[in-house]
Amino acid sequence: MIRRINIFQNIDWITVVIYLLLIFFGWVCIYGSVYNFEEKDFWDFSERYGKQLVWMGMACVIACVLLTLDSRVYNNLAYPVYGVFLLLLLLTLVLAPNIKGSRSWLVIGPVSLQTAEFAKTATCLALAKFMSSYAFQSGGFRVKNWRNLVALFFIVAVPAGIILLQNETGSAIVYVSLMLMMYREGMPGVILFLVLCCVVFFIVAIRFGDVPIIDAVPDESFGLFLVVMMTIAVSLAFVFYYLKDAQLCKNVLLYTVALFGVSFAVYKFFGVNVRFLYVAYAALALTFMYLMAKLFNVRKLTYLWISLFMLGSVAYVNMADYMFEKVLQPHQRVRIMETLGMTNDLKRSGYNVNQSKIAIGSGGVWGKGFLNGTQTKLKYVPEQDTDFIFCTVGEEHGFVGATLVLGLFLVLLLRLIVLAERQRSQFSRTYGYCVVSILFFHLAINIGMVIGLTPVIGIPLPFFSYGGSSLWGFTILLFIFIRLDASRMEYMPN
Amino acid sequence: MLNDTYQNRRTVIAGMILLVVFVYVARLFSIQILDDTYQDLADSNAFYKKIVYPTRGLIKDRNGKLIVSNKPAYDVMVVPRELKKLDTLDFCNTIGVTVDEFKKRMKELRYKAGYSSYTPQPFMTQLSAQDYGYLLEKLYKYQGVYIQKRTLRKYHYPNAALVLGSIGEVDRSTIKKDSFYIMGDWAGKNGIEKTYEMMLRGKKGEEILLRDAHGRIKGSYEDGVHDVEAKAGKDITLSLDIDLQAYGELLMQNKVGSIAAIEPETGEILALVSAPTYDPSILVGRERTKNYSKLVKNPLNPLFDRPMMAEYPPGSTFKTANALVLLQEKVITPATAFGCSRGFHAGGLTVGCHPHASPLTLVPSIQHSCNAYYCAGFRSMIDDRRKYKNTAEAFEVWKNHIVSLGFGYKLGADVPNEERGYIPNSKVYDKIYGAGYWKGLTIISVSIGQGEILATPLQIANLGAIIANRGYYYVPHLVKNIENDTIGSAFKEKKVTSIDRKYYDYVVDGMDLVMKNGTGWGSRIDSIEVCGKTGTAQNPHGEDHSLFMAFAPKDNPKIAICVVVENSGFGATWAAPIATLMIEKYLKGRIAPRRKSTEDRLLNANLLPKIDTSN
Repeated sequence: MIRRINIFQNIDWITVVIYLLLIFFGWVCIYGSVYNFEEKDFWDFSERYGKQLVWMGMACVIACVLLTLDSRVYNNLAYPVYGVFLLLLLLTLVLAPNIKGSRSWLVIGPVSLQTAEFAKTATCLALAKFMSSYAFQSGGFRVKNWRNLVALFFIVAVPAGIILLQNETGSAIVYVSLMLMMYREGMPGVILFLVLCCVVFFIVAIRFGDVPIIDAVPDESFGLFLVVMMTIAVSLAFVFYYLKDAQLCKNVLLYTVALFGVSFAVYKFFGVNVRFLYVAYAALALTFMYLMAKLFNVRKLTYLWISLFMLGSVAYVNMADYMFEKVLQPHQRVRIMETLGMTNDLKRSGYNVNQSKIAIGSGGVWGKGFLNGTQTKLKYVPEQDTDFIFCTVGEEHGFVGATLVLGLFLVLLLRLIVLAERQRSQFSRTYGYCVVSILFFHLAINIGMVIGLTPVIGIPLPFFSYGGSSLWGFTILLFIFIRLDASRMEYMPN
Repeated sequence: MLNDTYQNRRTVIAGMILLVVFVYVARLFSIQILDDTYQDLADSNAFYKKIVYPTRGLIKDRNGKLIVSNKPAYDVMVVPRELKKLDTLDFCNTIGVTVDEFKKRMKELRYKAGYSSYTPQPFMTQLSAQDYGYLLEKLYKYQGVYIQKRTLRKYHYPNAALVLGSIGEVDRSTIKKDSFYIMGDWAGKNGIEKTYEMMLRGKKGEEILLRDAHGRIKGSYEDGVHDVEAKAGKDITLSLDIDLQAYGELLMQNKVGSIAAIEPETGEILALVSAPTYDPSILVGRERTKNYSKLVKNPLNPLFDRPMMAEYPPGSTFKTANALVLLQEKVITPATAFGCSRGFHAGGLTVGCHPHASPLTLVPSIQHSCNAYYCAGFRSMIDDRRKYKNTAEAFEVWKNHIVSLGFGYKLGADVPNEERGYIPNSKVYDKIYGAGYWKGLTIISVSIGQGEILATPLQIANLGAIIANRGYYYVPHLVKNIENDTIGSAFKEKKVTSIDRKYYDYVVDGMDLVMKNGTGWGSRIDSIEVCGKTGTAQNPHGEDHSLFMAFAPKDNPKIAICVVVENSGFGATWAAPIATLMIEKYLKGRIAPRRKSTEDRLLNANLLPKIDTSN
């Protein structure tokens, strides 16, 4: 029941045009950031802009090859490709030379490749294959099935783990973004919410970790206090949302307010240095017991899950401080503290982000013009043609140029969602959402760090940053999907 | 479509993407459009404003002879990071240092403030012209070695060191006061260089260069259209006659003392000699520090600007001033005569005098420098209870006249560090003797220029100018002309003294007779009518100081002069011939044959105090 269709009629040219625009604009920016005021030669193939042009040409060839292949190849070869890339990742870990503490470059003759950039695509293919393999069974794929979940976890965690061992933390974190795809494929939304809670609690606990609640009791952390209060609030929200138990919410609110009212009065009028953290823990403990009582009375498991959430978040936040101090590497710790505004060492840890903000901020509305950016030309911004390429956009092309680039990415991502949604096979749609998740994560983290909103995590801006591996990796990732989309009509809906 | 259960979740995902993009656009709007600080930060990051130093103004003498100009000097700069391929031995041989010295210097540089291995560091300053030539020839071989040109002062005469002053590196307090300067700039430290610093220094230019994150220069910004050219300093023409100055310094060799010569009708200083002196060029360049400390250690203190700063009792030269006050106050008339019996005797007090005819009227009293005449006159004034209520009031009247003659306060010349001399007021004596417990006799030594009063050679020369002008003066000054500028208005303001013009003629006549048939006769000039007055300043520390005040010619005077030769005895012996030789040189341009022997005697005389200067 497979129809043959001329794929070139069915290629989504909108996506292809946006892709071409992005790599062209990216190349312009690489030219701009490599350009030297001293040596004003316009052309030199040994310079990075020359090399990037070669990568771009080869990327187009790769794209064409991918488009001409039979779409079933991707489905059929998903697992073998995944296996090969796992081996390559391991090989890289063993063979790669140590470059700035990272072992991620596989040197094959004259070519050096970052295997992690390609492993993403392989992982996406394997995920799509795994999730679609249940498609023809009755009921289809269920993310909620725990055996499936464990399998999914390992498909993602094995390459991510090897990449972590290569000391490419940024590339490993990218795999977390695949949760977005899982969410679309039926993962409960509350898991995304819990991840959000983890991030927010962590930030609050670290940011206000050393701030006392009242000056008289310096050892009580305001961060911890806030997280305990937020845990109570989130729990109540769960109770209200899933159980519609307004009575419980009202009661908890009442005694919590009463508890704090009394302790505040004691502190204010009797001058007793109340330990407010203990008061908060007391309110939490009361709520926990309340939930337990409800659990035995009403016999609804949801009460149990919510009380477990309370226990879990208290345990988590008390561990967060430990993780921050012991598990993270010093430079990672400092980058997080910089983003949270806790340290401000512009000469060292804060140098990159500060200089990149200066470069972008000095661009103004229209920018300084092509090749006129002083900050990027004069190498104030480190990694300005790779991870910090967006600085050149901001400085030379201003707010207008930067917004245009963001707009192009936005249109690309929204277009990819549209494409994914119109797929008729589980394999293609899952793969499409993998592409959306990974591109979105790269965009959000890369530009976020350049404008100082997220911690510095060294991952490239797709299609923009200099580098053959990253350009080819993203090209392959995208064009497999375009190819799948082009023959979407070949698949019968199940 | 398949699996429609979760289809709505695409809206959530699209919403997340939109939200992130919106937040980022808002952030970009805030840092790129709302916030200006990043623009300023970018400018200070990337623009290196290199200062282009202007050439300092030239200094010329009154006849347009160039005294001070500029010469190029070459500093050897090294960029440590670029030195890797340097043939150290060859480089060291070329600039004349040893390899050890090279290594030591490179180590020193590393600990200096502002050290960067990417930017030029001063390896060696003020290379000699010869070494510069050698280095220039081989420079192409030495990667990372650069030559930085700057200008130093060049002195065309070995004279007038203290008048001209010198330039040196500015200190922190100067930088604080004047934003023109930055660390490492040079400015006038004393003399004319300091007084006219504002005019001489010119205006700095600015070259806007692009600088990378390591501080390396990457070329000029927009091909230099925003650069500002340096503006050269203004040239200054001094009133000094450099030949007269040189002659004065020659005459004062091996002596301690000073000469101050003024053009009476303008107040322009013609010569300002301080002895001993030194060649100003020894304080230029690499030897500056070494030579400066030598000068500081010299017990004869050549850095002490004697004509401006040394304060002596003016001695008998001051009798002319006293004569004017007594005439003005009508204590005496020109016909008033006082007797002198080898001195002034009153109330057990004696002020001695040398033998001469007695009694004398005013004009001969100057001619013979009679002490008794001035003691008696001064006493009659101070103790005149009909005219003045009390001693203090009489003394105040006297003091005010003396001050109007330019004593007691700084004249306001354009040389830094001018001293004011000293003329006490009545309160000083009230303090010493008690109010009402002193009278004319108590302070009688004031009448002959001794006692408490002190004057600088410039003030005494100025008195000569006042008498030459018959009653007025201009503040003595060294500047005659500033290029495209005017000189201080204070130097153009005629200062009229409190003494009527008519009284000056008697003093002039007296001073004329001094030279014709008086204490200065030995130093007379046949062809010029010189008016002079000898003086001897008592010196409690040793031999008296020899003083001479003069102006010439008598009518329409062109020069007023004061000469002080320390520890040399009578004014007539040393100071008078020096003064008249100066006058002759200035007015005639040469010394008459008859006076050659006098000139030789002076040139060969060694009147230096016996101090061990061997170290």
